[in-house]
Amino acid sequence: MHRGKGMKFVGDSRITDPSSRTKKNIPKDYSEYPGKTEAFWPDFLLKEWLVGAVFLVGYLVLTVAHPSPLERPADPSDTGYIPVPDWYFLFLYQLLKYEFASGPYNVIGAMVMPGLAFGALLLIPFLDTSKERRPSKRPLPTGFMLLALAAIIFLTWESVANHDWEKAKAYGEIKEEVAVEIDETSEGYQLYQASSCIGCHGNAFEGGLGLPLVGLELTADEIVTIAHEGRGGMPGGSYTGTDEELQKLAEYITTLQPTE
Amino acid sequence: MLNKIYDWVDERLDITPIWRDIADHEVPEHVNPAHHFSAFVYCFGGLTFFITVIQILSGMFLTMYYVPDIENAWESVYYLQNEVAFGEIVRGMHHWGASLVIVMMFLHTLRVFFTGSYKKPRELNWMVGVLIFAVMLGLGFTGYLLPWDMKALFATKVGIEIAASVPVIGGMIKTLLAGDETIIGAQTLTRFFAIHVFFLPAALFGLLAAHFIMIRRQGISGPL
Repeated sequence: MHRGKGMKFVGDSRITDPSSRTKKNIPKDYSEYPGKTEAFWPDFLLKEWLVGAVFLVGYLVLTVAHPSPLERPADPSDTGYIPVPDWYFLFLYQLLKYEFASGPYNVIGAMVMPGLAFGALLLIPFLDTSKERRPSKRPLPTGFMLLALAAIIFLTWESVANHDWEKAKAYGEIKEEVAVEIDETSEGYQLYQASSCIGCHGNAFEGGLGLPLVGLELTADEIVTIAHEGRGGMPGGSYTGTDEELQKLAEYITTLQPTE
Repeated sequence: MLNKIYDWVDERLDITPIWRDIADHEVPEHVNPAHHFSAFVYCFGGLTFFITVIQILSGMFLTMYYVPDIENAWESVYYLQNEVAFGEIVRGMHHWGASLVIVMMFLHTLRVFFTGSYKKPRELNWMVGVLIFAVMLGLGFTGYLLPWDMKALFATKVGIEIAASVPVIGGMIKTLLAGDETIIGAQTLTRFFAIHVFFLPAALFGLLAAHFIMIRRQGISGPL
């Protein structure tokens, strides 16, 4: 029969060199595979749709189970945030953390290595020109690809393991605005302003690196103890004033209640 | 009635061969998961396209609410996520689709690579495919900034710094992407929006068309 509908290429691994090709060993056209070849429409497309439907169910379950994240609005002046790219760029990002690919050698990590890899991927049809298609029969391309895969998986793993996800999550969290009326002339606020507490707990006690100090359910004594001993990520002994001042400051903090 | 309209158009434009070619082309046994379960690896390309279509549709709906401006971008996303009916689903599909499309495209690339399907005569189609991969990564990178939250801004800062470290042209790339030599801000957001919504999709459509036309001309590669 006429070969296909003008289709010229079947291109399986049984193709031999064109010069030595005779009529006998030209690969069979799809239409000559006995019985099991089927038309795209509607037979095959129906099966594709089944695969697509199964996939879509998983996709929707993922979407419903894990709402897409949204952190607090971007604040360019907040330099404490540890940046991290989306997960599929992590391996490139991680590469730049190694000595041979950062600092003075940054060009190697940022340009040379990704450039070579991408270039090789783009031009592989011209680098691997043998007729052989089985992976086992072309060890170099197979080997390099497996090596690249291993490198990508390793670098992504390293990057994920070294990133403090909990801290980043806490840092990026959307904060409820706690409105509080502050008398900036009060003795308590003066003490707060003079102390190092303000650095982490914010000008208006709204929090920052540290927690907000509005509406705490703590007594003044407990606050004094926390200031001395620290709690969670907060270091102890940061208060440099006298004990008397700390007591006053603690009492002032207990008076801070959110305004309705 | 519909048949008459079809006949009228067909008589003038001869459109039948166009769709008959797509409908009637024969799918060989070795790529059909109904015959060989392992042939599911041949589904990755189709699934990539499936997610791409979902990305286009969900993205179109997202732009009905999204405002590409630093004052309102985050607010509009927050509103979309929490107030708009099904906004969470539409945004969720776009968010997860962005990751899934990378996964599927990567698997598709590996399938084509390990079956040696990039070999003659399919060199051009392989290269177009690699370019599609690059465009998709670009879409991922530019789309990540748009919600304008903390992770978006700082990831983009790092990305642009890396681009800026390229010798000779790094500064120009940075200015082109960020809209300014130093500031990552309002200009950057509008530029990323334009790149994400107009420039890259335009490139993607062209490349996809080329990819599919070449597949139809050459057929799928034969069994190993």
